[in-house]
Amino acid sequence: MGVLDSKIPSGPLADKWAKHKNEIDLVNPANKRNIDVIVVGTGLAGGSAAATLAELGYNVKTFCYQDSPRRAHSIAAQGGVNAAKNYQGDGDSVYRLFYDTVKGGDYRSREANVYRLAEVSSNIIDQCVAQGVPFAREYGGLLDNRSFGGVLVSRTFYAKGQTGQQLLLGAYAAMNRQIQRGKIKSYTRHEMLDLVLVDGKARGIIARDLVTGEIERHSAHAVVLASGGYGNLFFLSTYAMGANVTAAWKAHKRGAFFANPCFTQIHPTCIPVSGDHQSKLTLMSESLRNDGRIWVPKRLEDAQAIREGKLKPTQLKEEDRDYYLERRYPAFGNLVPRDVASRAAKERCDAGHGVNKTGEAVYLDFEAAIMRYGKEKAFTSGIKDPDKETTRRLGKEIVEAKYGNLFQMYEKIVDQNPYETPMMIYPAVHYTMGGLWVDYNLQTTIPGCYCAGEANFSDHGANRLGASALMQGLADGYFVLPYTIGDYLSDDIRTGAIPTDAPEFEATEKAVREKIEKLMSGKGLHSVDYYHKKLGKIMWNKCGMSRNEKDLKEAIAEIAELRKDFWENVKITGNPDDKNQELEKAGRVADFLELGELFAKDALHRNESCGGHFREEYQTPEGEALRDDKNFKYAAAWEYVGEPKDSKLHKEELTYENIEVKTRSYK
Amino acid sequence: MKIYLKIWRQKDVDSKGKIVDYTLNNVESDMSFLEMLDVLNEDLVAKGEEPVEFDHDCREGICGTCSLMINGQPHGPDRLITVCQLHMRSFNDGDTIVIEPFRAKAFPVIKDLIVDRTAFDRIQQAGGYISVNTSGNPVDANAIPIKKHVADKAMDAATCIGCGACVAACKNASAMLFTSAKVSQFALLPQGRVEATERVQNMVRQMDLEGFGNCTNTGACEVECPKGISLENIARMNREYLSAAVEG
Repeated sequence: MGVLDSKIPSGPLADKWAKHKNEIDLVNPANKRNIDVIVVGTGLAGGSAAATLAELGYNVKTFCYQDSPRRAHSIAAQGGVNAAKNYQGDGDSVYRLFYDTVKGGDYRSREANVYRLAEVSSNIIDQCVAQGVPFAREYGGLLDNRSFGGVLVSRTFYAKGQTGQQLLLGAYAAMNRQIQRGKIKSYTRHEMLDLVLVDGKARGIIARDLVTGEIERHSAHAVVLASGGYGNLFFLSTYAMGANVTAAWKAHKRGAFFANPCFTQIHPTCIPVSGDHQSKLTLMSESLRNDGRIWVPKRLEDAQAIREGKLKPTQLKEEDRDYYLERRYPAFGNLVPRDVASRAAKERCDAGHGVNKTGEAVYLDFEAAIMRYGKEKAFTSGIKDPDKETTRRLGKEIVEAKYGNLFQMYEKIVDQNPYETPMMIYPAVHYTMGGLWVDYNLQTTIPGCYCAGEANFSDHGANRLGASALMQGLADGYFVLPYTIGDYLSDDIRTGAIPTDAPEFEATEKAVREKIEKLMSGKGLHSVDYYHKKLGKIMWNKCGMSRNEKDLKEAIAEIAELRKDFWENVKITGNPDDKNQELEKAGRVADFLELGELFAKDALHRNESCGGHFREEYQTPEGEALRDDKNFKYAAAWEYVGEPKDSKLHKEELTYENIEVKTRSYK
Repeated sequence: MKIYLKIWRQKDVDSKGKIVDYTLNNVESDMSFLEMLDVLNEDLVAKGEEPVEFDHDCREGICGTCSLMINGQPHGPDRLITVCQLHMRSFNDGDTIVIEPFRAKAFPVIKDLIVDRTAFDRIQQAGGYISVNTSGNPVDANAIPIKKHVADKAMDAATCIGCGACVAACKNASAMLFTSAKVSQFALLPQGRVEATERVQNMVRQMDLEGFGNCTNTGACEVECPKGISLENIARMNREYLSAAVEG
């Protein structure tokens, strides 16, 4: 196992977490008052961790680049949060949620972590309801559930299409209560630019005040990174414009291993790209696949006629449509996991069946659902033999109640009414399963540096199931990290405040200032966005939904070349001592230009297809992913040793003692 | 299409600002409004000028970061959307568009079109929460049934994104709609009733301290709110405030 010690507790799977909690050291309440913790990022993981740590009595400092903690991108999560409550009585259990998640992740996640995630999932729902999160309810007053991809039960709790918003506002409220008590000091419009190590331990950060441009030193006994994923590497993605990898990448360069960077989730249902000016892609929640049916025209000539605007999708007869997911995967149909659905859409579009101008879109159709709901509603309302119009109207009302905000969002962007004509969708970068390597305690390979939520690599393997990101963020922040960090901090009760005038702070601050100076001194040929878009194109074309050796090798060379060009020729206007959005973007793109290369290297080394990582050389005759458990049943943790291309591979072998490893099938 | 822009430029909080004219020649109708500004900024950077700074993040209408006054309307001419969801198809070739920051005493300008809305955070900190620690053992989520229409009403109030359009729309720069949305969410739910008295008093006190104006029931906030937060919430907050005063 080398230098990687996952610290998985011994004993039966179901007892590990309880046993671990009983065995780890605690810090007594009086001593907690003398211990400081920095939390970077205030989304679901960071916000919930900060609030809980402050409730316990630690002094917490939070940092976010947004103007308020409430704006972290968790807010944009739509569909829901999973929990093994079994309120529907459909056979759900902690084991089944664990099983679905490991299988969904294509057997590339750590068994013990996933089991713990499933175990605390119920607590999340209880906690959020106690905080006043207004989850959807049934007429009897109890909580409602729906289904997500890759599972056969209804375990997803939701608040309309704004579940992430409501959960984040819950965590934000919990933070606010602690800010009011003086236990959290919230630094907004601040960006972490480096991690400070003292005697090999994480003891603080260097941050830039984005309003004044001031470079600041902040010390603590431990640093928690909850800074989200790195999907903006692709330029176009469903991420917020400011989302970045900088905090995690700086920690990586200071010694934290980066695991499975190539495991990226391409979400099947996003609004397709419309033009070169496009700045971001918008997700249409996976929950829509509960009721929407995905199809393309069977005949190539029909697809072409639709692309040319000569034929309308609603004119195409049922038998001329190819509901390709229902055809290929009858057991799961439209609710196959995201990686499978995305690849299937790409396959149909590559074969010439795409339905928008660029040929890169498929239909998501609600007509059948509208009519089905309409009939049900007519029946329960006592309307006998309703005509088609009445049925449609009733059905539309129900679909509107379920997905109204998503339909409105779609109509605003595309200028088409999805109640009348099917939505057009195409896959887009949405989430990153890879991230900083952490052990069972969520500690990175740097002592005292922890990582939670999407920023770490731990629970989703090679593919994340829908509604599991919110679950993991809150599990890490509310229920895991606040316990496990105490074990580490128990050694620090006599340390006293960490001074920020130590030489290590001095040196790290100097390095940050030099980097900013170097950025500002570029020759001024091209804007930051020019480089970001170029990087995004390389990533999407060569490291996207399907990858091969030749493309990946080219990507590595092209990214290195682009990075060199960037550092020589980037143009940043204004000056570094003011509010300067160009400088902010430049720092983030500089880090993406390094991560991109490691990403391609990781994808190149993994000679198998699994989850979101599809290598064209490794597929079954039917075009399904071909995993290689003999050679690749491990998490690839990369150590930084200078240039991204020289990064050193460490393997954490994954062992499955409680689950049979088999070929993932959704047929 | 060709678009004429008149944009507020201001170096920082202490400097005086002014309107500056720009012209864009190649605006496409399926661009979003912010993508149109991206194009302007690319042009400015190419010319070596400082780009126009504006707040934005999720670009899908949920984070509440974007905050532009467009031709005198917060978030522009369309109803029920934020600026980032506004598309150029809402404008015509040759239009002149005036872009300013959200204006209010409690929202000082940081730079160009960016304002400081931390006053909103402080209102939430004053009481916008239910005091429950994370423990892993509160009561089961289904132990307290809540009527669907009550839960739905609480959800409607809870969808506020904290963008500040209500304040910008109001001639008094009142934050009543924003504050009442949170007060309402918790006042409606049984979990929130326990602290209802202190909550409404503390949040209203903070709102006044921040320098927001009073409500004179013009309803502009409701019209401009991108999430359709209802005036009903203000009425509910007033009732809560009154009964809190009676309770003492």
